[in-house]
Amino acid sequence: MMAQLICSGLKLGYEGHIVLSGLDFSVDAGSYLCIVGENGSGKSTLMKTILGLLKPVGGKIIWGEGLRENEIGYLPQQTVVQKDFPASVREIVLSGCQGRAGGRPFYNKDEKELARQNMERMGITPLSRRCYRELSGGQQQRVLLARALCATRKILLMDEPVSGLDPKVTAEMYDMIRRLNQEGVTIIMVSHDIAAAVRYASHILHVGDEFFFGTSEEYRKTSLAERFLLPKEGEQA
Amino acid sequence: MMEQLRIYLNFPPVQYALIVGVLIALCSSLLGVTLVLKRFSFIGDGLSHVAFGAMAIAGVLHLSDDMLFVLPVTVLSAVLLLRTGQNTKIKGDAAIAMISVGALAVGYLLLSLFSTSANLSGDVCTTLFGSVSILTLTQAEVWLCAGLSVVVVLIFILFYNKIFAVTFDEDFARASGIKAEAYNLLIAVVIAVIIVLAMNLVGSLLISALIIFPAMSAMRLFRSFRGVTVCSAVLSVICSLLGILISILWGTPVGSTIVAVDIGAFLIFCLIAKVQGGITK
Repeated sequence: MMAQLICSGLKLGYEGHIVLSGLDFSVDAGSYLCIVGENGSGKSTLMKTILGLLKPVGGKIIWGEGLRENEIGYLPQQTVVQKDFPASVREIVLSGCQGRAGGRPFYNKDEKELARQNMERMGITPLSRRCYRELSGGQQQRVLLARALCATRKILLMDEPVSGLDPKVTAEMYDMIRRLNQEGVTIIMVSHDIAAAVRYASHILHVGDEFFFGTSEEYRKTSLAERFLLPKEGEQA
Repeated sequence: MMEQLRIYLNFPPVQYALIVGVLIALCSSLLGVTLVLKRFSFIGDGLSHVAFGAMAIAGVLHLSDDMLFVLPVTVLSAVLLLRTGQNTKIKGDAAIAMISVGALAVGYLLLSLFSTSANLSGDVCTTLFGSVSILTLTQAEVWLCAGLSVVVVLIFILFYNKIFAVTFDEDFARASGIKAEAYNLLIAVVIAVIIVLAMNLVGSLLISALIIFPAMSAMRLFRSFRGVTVCSAVLSVICSLLGILISILWGTPVGSTIVAVDIGAFLIFCLIAKVQGGITK
């Protein structure tokens, strides 16, 4: 196993305000990492820095295995703009090929084929001509996931992929993500659902006042997990 | 009436007006969707006021060709407005309100202090609402207008997919290596060019209507980005043709007639959307 992503001594934040510092972790190809922590602990800032949307204040992000910076698939949280956007499913999935197309103004045959395959993979082919804003929350997530898969074959970054979905659709979404991971796609996910994170992920990165990085098995045994996990499981019981 | 129209259509000024009107309508409708969805419509509004101020300064300085002055000033303001809009520290919309109202006030002040024209309020009214200026276009202005329109349409077609990506999801676009800032800048510059062009047709106060109405109408009925874009372009061209013809036949002001037709089309589209929704539900 080779590391696909190495973060060393990473220091994050916005102008003059440090959110997180001294982050050291690495992600191997094919692993499933969940980034957890309280609200405001810097999860989203970390995600944006990994994506290259923010510059790290200090430290380094190293991409391994010939992964170029724009070969990352990203599943963002939905924005207000998108809720009212007139675009067909196919148009949105195709826009995931934008990074591949580079300076070329139009999509070529390979890219159209890739979009078709990924729509098939996410089970949204029948929706391809439908308007994005008329779809259900779960269907919209599949569309965005298909788009992310057009941008990458290797690594997916997800920001709270199940927020706002009902329990049944949430379970389907987690299944779909696990299936992609089994097909060899590396998953990095920001989540506040620690119980699900421990169940599905291979590794956990806990950020905030306390720091943890290791496998889910190890995480389960820490006092952190006890504090964050038990009350939640208690609620569910 | 048809006979009268045929006579009018043989006049070169009327022909120029129709050519320029169609080109401007086409250009202004293209970026409407992006403008509305990216919440950039306020920039369009602010820029049109800046263009008015620039026009006033050009008039005071007795520049032979005011387009050559107005265009760079408006493009520069577009770049500046976009910067302030993205700066979270200064309230973006407040800054834009200040710039646009300031430009209006200073423009009018300059005109009333230094203008040699006998009919000041008439001049101001023309700049703000367009009125008859479209029929007084020279051949050179028609060529300039045609050239700029072709450039705008070409840029739009070449960057169509990029503009879509940046409008739909800027973060995703940036993560996949698209230089979103550069495209935002491109969009703002193109908008500035369109506004300066459209000032000849509808005047600076009514430009936003020309940009926003066709897009909003098309969004009622169409469900894909391409559908909305094509529909709003066609609709915009038809509306301004109708508007110009009506204004020639009945002597109404060109700009406000076109906008009135646009409003009519918007209401019709809303109605169709409602009826359609009623049927499918």
